[in-house]
Amino acid sequence: MYVELKGINKNYGDYQATKDANFGIEKGSLVALLGPSGSGKTTILRMIAGLETPDSGDIIIDGKRVNDIAPADRGIGFVFQSYALFRYMTVYENIAFGLELKKVPKAKIKERVQELLELTSLKGLEDRYPNQLSGGQRQRVAFARALAPNPSLLLLDEPFAAIDAKVRQELRTWLRKMIYKVGITSIFVTHDQDEAVEVADQIIVTNKGRIEQIGSPLDIYKNPETPFVTEFIGQSSVIEDYHRFHGFEKGNYQGAVIRPEFVEVFKRDNREFNNYIDLSEEGEIIDILFRGNSLELTVDLHGVMITAHRSLERREVKVGEKVRVLIYRLFAFDEDRAYLLENENLKGRNINIDNLESYLYNEEYDFFVI
Amino acid sequence: MNWVEENKKKAGKTKVILIIISVLFVFFMLVFPLVSVIANSLKEGFGYYIQSLNTKYVKSALLVTLLATVIAVIVNTFFGLLAGWLLTKFSFKGKQVLATLIDIPFSISPVIAGLAFIMTFGRLGWANPILESINQALGTDIQIVFALPGVVLATIFVTFPFVSREIIPVLNTQGKDEEEAAALMGAGGFTIFRKITFPHIKWATIYGVILCTARALGEFGAVAALSKTRGKTFTLPLEIDALYLAGSSDSITAAFSVSSLLVIIAIIVLILRNFFEHSEKVKGEKKEG
Ligand SMILES: Nc1ncnc2c1ncn2[C@@H]1O[C@H](COP(=O)(O)OP(=O)(O)OP(=O)(O)O)[C@@H](O)[C@H]1O
Ligand SMILES: [Mg+2]
Repeated sequence: MYVELKGINKNYGDYQATKDANFGIEKGSLVALLGPSGSGKTTILRMIAGLETPDSGDIIIDGKRVNDIAPADRGIGFVFQSYALFRYMTVYENIAFGLELKKVPKAKIKERVQELLELTSLKGLEDRYPNQLSGGQRQRVAFARALAPNPSLLLLDEPFAAIDAKVRQELRTWLRKMIYKVGITSIFVTHDQDEAVEVADQIIVTNKGRIEQIGSPLDIYKNPETPFVTEFIGQSSVIEDYHRFHGFEKGNYQGAVIRPEFVEVFKRDNREFNNYIDLSEEGEIIDILFRGNSLELTVDLHGVMITAHRSLERREVKVGEKVRVLIYRLFAFDEDRAYLLENENLKGRNINIDNLESYLYNEEYDFFVI
Repeated sequence: MNWVEENKKKAGKTKVILIIISVLFVFFMLVFPLVSVIANSLKEGFGYYIQSLNTKYVKSALLVTLLATVIAVIVNTFFGLLAGWLLTKFSFKGKQVLATLIDIPFSISPVIAGLAFIMTFGRLGWANPILESINQALGTDIQIVFALPGVVLATIFVTFPFVSREIIPVLNTQGKDEEEAAALMGAGGFTIFRKITFPHIKWATIYGVILCTARALGEFGAVAALSKTRGKTFTLPLEIDALYLAGSSDSITAAFSVSSLLVIIAIIVLILRNFFEHSEKVKGEKKEG
């Protein structure tokens, strides 16, 4: 493990921002700290950087306990949420600043800055001031500045938050490529699960100052371990009386989550599902959203709202239309764990899954989240 | 005529009325009195004007005023930067109290400040024994009350918040991200201040210094309480007062001459201020573009 947190606690006054955080990060990996606003992501990042001091616990980087090591000596590059570029310095001066402090010879600095300008495609902009740059360019300057002194760990606080949606997509891909190219262990904070899933190879989910789950995006998606993760990941609708649906019995659970991939919405006269009508629920389409490559339906199952996806290739549906809904599986959860429940009625039956949204979940298929 | 035009016309009328009121007000309250100062100072001719400035008392007063001003500006700039930095970039218990304390000179009458110094350092003041024991130990005869140090202290007290009040809002809007970024790269406190913080507040500091200067030059109340010797510890405003109270028509004209000196200095300060404001604006526009 390259970075390790052991039993970290942090209070701001009587508010506990971090509760017993434990995790480890492999060298060379790209990790996302994912959680809702105020869940303590920034706090964790700042403690690793040394900008905050934990009340208890150990932070270990590269085998050394760094709690008492000055931030500047931890070998960390930090990209701030607001970039925090030095407003009264040019792009060149911004990137060179860390190197100058390290008393690197002028010629070497120049070489390194040029190298980074090239890496981040900022050539030609070195004499500009930060307020003469676009959001994306600023982010790249912040990135170059953080990388200049060759840190061994890169921390990024919401690196895409200040950038508009369209450019953000590009930058995500760019950042991922860049980090792999440089080969630096990186942790970035985000509250956007798409971003985490797309960029990171490990995700740490935080909630109310606690670490809920650590795992690959696939893991987090497929095997949510806690009620919070179950709800937070994916487009999940939380339901209390899940047991009123066909094929699910009441267990010792507090509630359940039905993801769009877990359900099939079909018209009553659909021949493919002819045999399943009795096993399906009656529903009414409340809302239809066009999602580019598919439709997102909100379906009312006698008072329970669920979300479903529908391919554009299939027959048209309308708001107010009565449809049938087949529920393949759901995540049920109790106080502290989540469980995948399969529809009992469908066990052993062979549905032609090719048409289904839920192919995503079949064992024979590779799983992708896009 | 439709209502848009009507509104425009109404707005035009309002504008004219506002302009007239403002101009009249400024004229009667400021321009007219100031011009009459200059006019009165020249009543007995230019020769007399020069002569009335060229006395032992006026020269001494000018010197004392400049000395007190320069020291006050230096001390308060240093302290203002320190306090502004402290209050915006660090958090600690009692920060709010400290911020409020710094503003006290704004809300307290200068005369009270002067009396406070007398009660502290005067013969009956609680700090007098300390002062005396210092004098005894060093074989010196430092006096504060009714002496130059008192004048300087009073001036410092009165102009205390000017610099910090100018820079605190600027520092507040700026946040502390840049400083943190620099610290993470290994910059020490002073380097951070010099390279990161100071460029942000350069203009606000200059502006604060100018205001501080103007205020220090004109201070009367606090200094009056602490300065009793004409030709020795009197500042220009005190000298003007003394001349005026002397009552003869000659001395009153002399009072106006000395006053004109202060008016001229004030105008120079104003011009400097506008110059700095303007150049900051130009710079700002260039950066935006
Ligand atoms: N300096 C501070 N003083 C007091 N409370 C703080 C301080 N910094 C953070 N907090 C509190 O600690 C909690 C966690 O904050 P943190 O900034 O780590 O959240 P976050 O997960 O990064 O949220 P966001 O996604 O909104 O940035 C919040 O409730 C916040 O109000
Ligand atoms: Mg945050």
